[in-house]
Amino acid sequence: MLSVYQVYLLPGNSVYCGSTISPSQIPLYTKCILRLKVILIFYSLQGRTLILKDIKSHESLSLVCITQLERRMADAGNKESAPIGGDEFTNTELENNKNNTMVEEGSTLLRRMEISVAEAEKRTGKNTVNMQEIFTVYLIETRPIDAITEGHNPAPDSLWRRYSEFEILRNYLLVTYPFIVVPPLPEKRAEFVWHKLSADNMDPDFVERRRVGLENFLLRVASHSVLSNDKILYHFLTEEHRWKEVVYETGFQAKADSRIKALSATFRVKNPDKRFTEMKHYSDELQSLTSQLLRVRARVADRLYGVYKVHGNYGRVFSEWSALEKEMGDGLQSAGHHMDAYAASVDDMLEEEEHYADQLKEYLFYAEALRAVCRKHELTQYELETASSDLISKKQQREELATGMVRTFSFKGMTNKLFGQETPEQREAKLSLLEEQIVQGEETVTEKTVECEEYVKGAWVDMQRFKEQKDRDLREALIGYAVMQISMCKKGIQVWTNAKECFHKM
Amino acid sequence: MSRTIDAVVSPTQTNTIPADISGQMLDLDEDDDLEVFSKDLTLADGNMFNASMPTSPGSMVNQCKFEEDEESDSKDIFITVDNPESHVTAIETFITYRVLTKTTRSEFDNSEYEVRRRYQDFLWLKGKLEDAHSTLIVHPLPEKFVVKGMVERFNGDFIETRRKALHKFLNRIADHPILSCSEDFKVFLSAQAWELTTYKKQGPGFLSRMGETVRAVANSVRGVKNRPEEFTAIQEYVEDFSNKIGSLDKVTQRIVKEQKEYLEELKEYGPTYTLWSGSEEELAEQLKGVAGCIERCCKETEEQVGHLSDTLVPVLHEYVLCAETLKAVLRRRDNIQAEFEAKNEALATKKVDRDAESSDLGFVWGSLLGKNPEEARHQRQERLDGEIEELKEEIDKLEDRVEWANNALKGDWGRWQRSMRGDLKSAFLSTAEKNVDYYEKCLAVWETFLLSQRTEPSEETDRDNTP
Repeated sequence: MLSVYQVYLLPGNSVYCGSTISPSQIPLYTKCILRLKVILIFYSLQGRTLILKDIKSHESLSLVCITQLERRMADAGNKESAPIGGDEFTNTELENNKNNTMVEEGSTLLRRMEISVAEAEKRTGKNTVNMQEIFTVYLIETRPIDAITEGHNPAPDSLWRRYSEFEILRNYLLVTYPFIVVPPLPEKRAEFVWHKLSADNMDPDFVERRRVGLENFLLRVASHSVLSNDKILYHFLTEEHRWKEVVYETGFQAKADSRIKALSATFRVKNPDKRFTEMKHYSDELQSLTSQLLRVRARVADRLYGVYKVHGNYGRVFSEWSALEKEMGDGLQSAGHHMDAYAASVDDMLEEEEHYADQLKEYLFYAEALRAVCRKHELTQYELETASSDLISKKQQREELATGMVRTFSFKGMTNKLFGQETPEQREAKLSLLEEQIVQGEETVTEKTVECEEYVKGAWVDMQRFKEQKDRDLREALIGYAVMQISMCKKGIQVWTNAKECFHKM
Repeated sequence: MSRTIDAVVSPTQTNTIPADISGQMLDLDEDDDLEVFSKDLTLADGNMFNASMPTSPGSMVNQCKFEEDEESDSKDIFITVDNPESHVTAIETFITYRVLTKTTRSEFDNSEYEVRRRYQDFLWLKGKLEDAHSTLIVHPLPEKFVVKGMVERFNGDFIETRRKALHKFLNRIADHPILSCSEDFKVFLSAQAWELTTYKKQGPGFLSRMGETVRAVANSVRGVKNRPEEFTAIQEYVEDFSNKIGSLDKVTQRIVKEQKEYLEELKEYGPTYTLWSGSEEELAEQLKGVAGCIERCCKETEEQVGHLSDTLVPVLHEYVLCAETLKAVLRRRDNIQAEFEAKNEALATKKVDRDAESSDLGFVWGSLLGKNPEEARHQRQERLDGEIEELKEEIDKLEDRVEWANNALKGDWGRWQRSMRGDLKSAFLSTAEKNVDYYEKCLAVWETFLLSQRTEPSEETDRDNTP
């Protein structure tokens, strides 16, 4: 199957991949050209060909071309953005694709609009407690897709947002679509840090990785069949100033479930859907497993860094020693240079690996979103069960009142015995009240049942979607990891082969 | 070009070598040195030269030439050190090593010897060789005990490292044109344990050794006045070399340490993937695949660290010790020259004494004793003349010694440098090769994994997108 993707190379050396066919097939990470290579390899391994075309010349780009492009951009200092675009499918092909189970229902925002988080900048301002603070803002750029494919290449609309605004958007989505596994934001603070990596939120590498993560978040949301239709999302992307007021006006904060309510539901629910319970267990496991993996990976990276850097000392000593020796001097000197190169190579390699860590981290945070969906189910189920049992007890009470039979112990019964029974008028009043309550109760139960069923249906669909997405993404991540290891080994071979040549000359 | 040190190989001796030439001469300049070497070099006091030198170097000059391109099949002596065994006596516990010698040299009665030696015996041998050839470079012995990190003297690794170093030590001596002719060396290789003990008891006693040490100290305090330029150059080189090789030793040990720590973490890394695969369905295969790759890379890393420890670390360490040896050799050469210079000064003083007018004090004393002043002066003159003659003879001998020491050192210096280059080059080469090998193996592991991820083409119909 041929899949055609539009690929844009953006300033800052990031790549955006968009598709007019099937958004769920979009590799949603924007990254440097290495990503592009990984994507190409990934798809070729699956027997699928990814065709990338230059938007201007309509030349196809192969891996070779991409490598050349990489070099050109490195030379040019990444100043320009080089758009590489793809072709749109014809209508018939679009029709055919709808039969592909991978195709999303409905049209998503991402089909109509190209979205990117292009830059980050520092700003100063007053915070909520009126103190000066420095914070980072991110530039969101949007462009309508039609214009691009027609070859117009218009300037994008843009606005600035800070991280906290993204958080508000996400919280809004969580409350409004509790049955959806809402994509996570990049981490608020740097975790799984190893010694070279900075834990400082202001560190440029951290900011850059966060920029990528935020873009990823937007792309995921905008390609989701349900979430992408949300008006607030659209406002977030297009209206810089009024957005906060608008989102608060929805009153989503009030709708949020209290933690205590959710927690008690988890404990007290009697008949949750088994699939959801299993999924919840899975989400716990996913969280702890990925967290453990990330921790060990960080330690491994730290140690590897140490090994490479110590070889830099060889460079220094060889160089000094070569000054003493007549015959060995040249060989030693050049060997020393290679040792320096070896020591320096680890920086780039580990930076690439950070991207892999980010991919895993996304799913670490996704685990929490998954768990939230399961818990919401428990809550709705619990509410249904509570409503049902309330209804049953009310009916029971009515029966007791009507027949005068006391079937179960009741305080009323006791007081009746002690202080005498009620008057018939009192009983009538009570009965009619109960009738009202029972009618209401039945309505509630019906509502809740529907709510629960719909929730289960919607959530299950989205959880399936999530599962497929996760399998795909993580598969790609692992392949990417292997590609990185291969690249590292190749560099090692090169350096030590060169060093060997130099030692020969000694 | 330096000979490689071999393990035991059956000697394939084809040339017969005359009895008194079992090695080669050092590089010599032409006629002047021939002159020097035809003189008798054994000194009266016998401290500096061991009476066991088998031939006078003069005969060596006439009959041997130093061959640059020695083929290894003309090697006529093969030595191995192996088979460490622990011996427990009432007083102490110690390790002996088997020393196996196979040779066709005719000064050996047999062609094969198997003896057991302990570290002390090696120390003894080294001492004797250094005494006899104070300005030749004797390959260093492994240290007595390692200071840091070693608790147990009988730790397996320690013994193995020591064994290898002892093996190298003996083979280096066997390769040395002069040292391998040493009688002590022969006894070391061939004598049974009790024979060796007896033999050790001969030779200069404690007191004469003390005297020698005192003289050496005195000489070194006096210092050398006119050191030839080339030896100063050598000394400077040795200083710098010592620093550099020490640094390399430390850097390499640090690398080993870091690699080991990396390996520790890596060993924990693979299992996290395996653990995760237990919770996944679609991804399980892949996760297990990655875990497998990491485990295989662990094995390769372990091998690589082992190679580094076995190959590069010992060689660098050896040359750290060599640097110290070189410094000692240079000091001894300086001392020899200092002694010569001192005697020269003494001669000059005596001459001045003799030529000076008789001192009044001497004259007065003599007359007090009732001596004839003429006679007294005459006696004094004679006495001084005699002393001067003696001194001159001594000085001649010392001059020879200085010449010989300088030439020995010069020759051996070239030899040592070639050895050093050869050893270090091959150690670094070997390390680089192993590293290439390591990365190639890891590459294969990950490429195999990547290939295994190739899925079958999907059953969906192929659609052609014609632009």
